[in-house]
Amino acid sequence: MNLGRLFAIAFKETLQVWRDPRSLAIALLMPLMQMVLLGYGVSLDIRRVPLCVYDQEHSQTSRELVQRFVASDWFVIARNLNDERAVRDAMNRGTCIGAVTIPVNFSRVLASTGNAEVQTVFDATDANTTTIATGYAQGVIALATADFAARWAAAHGTRPPSVGSVDLQPRVLFNEGLDSRNFIIPGVVAVILGLIGAQLTSLTVAREWERGTMEQLISTPVTALEVMIGKLIPYFAIGLFDAAFCLAAAAFWFQVPFRGSLVTVLLTTGLFTVVVMGIGYLVSVRIRSQLGASQVALMLTMLPTSLLSGYTFPIDQMPAPIQAVTLIVYARYYVTILRAVFLKGSTVADLAVPILALVLYAAAIIWIAARAFRKRLD
Amino acid sequence: MTDPAGEVAVLARGLVRRFGPVSAVRGIDLAVRRGEIFGLVGPDGAGKTTIMRMLAGVLRPDAGEIHLEGVDVVADPERAKPLLSYMPQRFGLYEDLTVAENIFFYATLFAVPARVRRDRSQELLAAAGMLPFRRRLAGQLSGGMKQKLGLVCALIHTPRVLLLDEPTTGVDPVSRRDFWGILYGLREHGVTILLSTAYMDEAERCSRLALLHAGAIRHCDTPARLKQAMPGALLAVVTRDARRAHAAVEGAAGVLGLLLMGDRVNVRVDDAERRAPELRARLAGQGIADADITPIEPGIEDVFVALLGSGSPA
Ligand SMILES: Nc1ncnc2c1ncn2[C@@H]1O[C@H](COP(=O)(O)OP(=O)(O)OP(=O)(O)O)[C@@H](O)[C@H]1O
Ligand SMILES: [Mg+2]
Repeated sequence: MNLGRLFAIAFKETLQVWRDPRSLAIALLMPLMQMVLLGYGVSLDIRRVPLCVYDQEHSQTSRELVQRFVASDWFVIARNLNDERAVRDAMNRGTCIGAVTIPVNFSRVLASTGNAEVQTVFDATDANTTTIATGYAQGVIALATADFAARWAAAHGTRPPSVGSVDLQPRVLFNEGLDSRNFIIPGVVAVILGLIGAQLTSLTVAREWERGTMEQLISTPVTALEVMIGKLIPYFAIGLFDAAFCLAAAAFWFQVPFRGSLVTVLLTTGLFTVVVMGIGYLVSVRIRSQLGASQVALMLTMLPTSLLSGYTFPIDQMPAPIQAVTLIVYARYYVTILRAVFLKGSTVADLAVPILALVLYAAAIIWIAARAFRKRLD
Repeated sequence: MTDPAGEVAVLARGLVRRFGPVSAVRGIDLAVRRGEIFGLVGPDGAGKTTIMRMLAGVLRPDAGEIHLEGVDVVADPERAKPLLSYMPQRFGLYEDLTVAENIFFYATLFAVPARVRRDRSQELLAAAGMLPFRRRLAGQLSGGMKQKLGLVCALIHTPRVLLLDEPTTGVDPVSRRDFWGILYGLREHGVTILLSTAYMDEAERCSRLALLHAGAIRHCDTPARLKQAMPGALLAVVTRDARRAHAAVEGAAGVLGLLLMGDRVNVRVDDAERRAPELRARLAGQGIADADITPIEPGIEDVFVALLGSGSPA
């Protein structure tokens, strides 16, 4: 690799971005617009979700559980019902958005094992509301479970064999008030950075083909690696700038508590930026028109990121096969990291697994992208 | 291929390139000597660009070999690239960069030291008459100036071989003179130039020409010898209505070829002395009495038409 040639490519690319209104708009206006649109779009807190209750037991404990739903202020009890069909009808008519069913032996099982099941059902028509309401319900149940378990432990002198919904406790603990905004905004940042990074770089090689400058470029001694790195340098700088903007907006404008370290955020954001830019570059090498490349990049980044990264739809609530698919959605690791750094103050060591996943992803993408570009016309 | 004197700069043997069903280049051989200005001439689609691209190492031949200053271009195109400059037929510089920025870019890619770059760009821009336009975006230059900028960028390092694909198409006569001035200056430095052209006056200026037709080289020689090789002799028929004369002469006995040249028709015949009176009579018979028929020396265009036209010996 020759540093002079690397510099020449980076310099030229910087001038081109600077003089291209479309690239500039993507680089500078899009983060602002998306932050406002997505940030406000998803952070409307949902309160007083109408709930139907089908209490099969009518015990003191079951009534206490129902009371906890009401006390949370996120739910109101729309109806008390007495059979399953009535629950379905009520949901179909829209009388309630969700239903809680408490089984007939609830308090007996709880008393003997310290652990009992409660069923919640939500109308999935409005996916966004459902996701949030489901989260609230699980939070309520998790808190109740913890209390019941503590009482059971006091009565029996030991801890119960297992505590239900343990995996939900972090949400209750670290996202006080179960504020969906705190949960979702870090995800919004990831979505925006992924989108912009891939969009910007998807144009870079396609532009050379489209404008007819590639033929002369590949007749020079420049290497494929110099072309790739040189071209990515200015976009990487833009990506980091946009990241700083979005993260600052998340912390200061949307007031998401930031408990982690800046270094952790910068490190992981840099990694994530390399991944998305590598993907955009790869697309750009393969597709020789700017429009085509930007559309493919959009599909490859926007769709999986918004649907499968867990940024609005919690991954642990997805069907198992889809959960498996999310393992290859690089954005999920960054969403996990950002959320943890913001809300839990996690460190690099805490996040070793998702960071390693991103490192592997970045290495693989760069390796493939560096080989994808051939200095040939055919 | 043997090259005992080591004076062949560009050597191609059995070059073949197909695009699906189209055979763009069908087994051509070339040997261009160092310091030559070698011209590729041929009608549209003859395969000029395809040959240039293969020589520049940006397109792989389906068969054949290329050696450029001793470097095997097919096996190792990257080793040949520092030695050459290629100017594609379509403008290949960055329209959103200025003249100076484009020059800087290509100079840096070829690792030209800053001082050399400044001196050379000054010298080349002056020769091209472009000194006042340094800060202008390349996209805002006229067609001719774009081509000259392409040449400046191609020459900002010192290539051993210069490949120019129709470099002066769309360039005005004055700019073309600048252009050729620069090219002649390069010969002193032993730079080998291979260019394709659609202009016959330009073809005459080449030291040797390859006449290309349908992907094959039909003739290859100096312009003078190509003219001698033209079968038959040439008569210029000058009249007021050259188009009518063209129609009247067509198909007459002994006529091998016709070329309408504005106010006259160049008629290639097997025997000038015998056919001149016959043609005069034929034209008079069709009501064209003012025709002035004189024997002339063929230009390269006549040779071109004669040699590449139908029925010409391959
Ligand atoms: N990339 C390509 N794909 C398909 N066919 C091609 C390609 N490049 C060239 N051809 C075909 O190969 C033949 C030779 O084309 P080429 O461009 O080499 O001709 P040329 O002599 O440069 O013509 P022109 O004077 O129009 O520039 C033509 O029939 C052309 O259509
Ligand atoms: Mg051509």
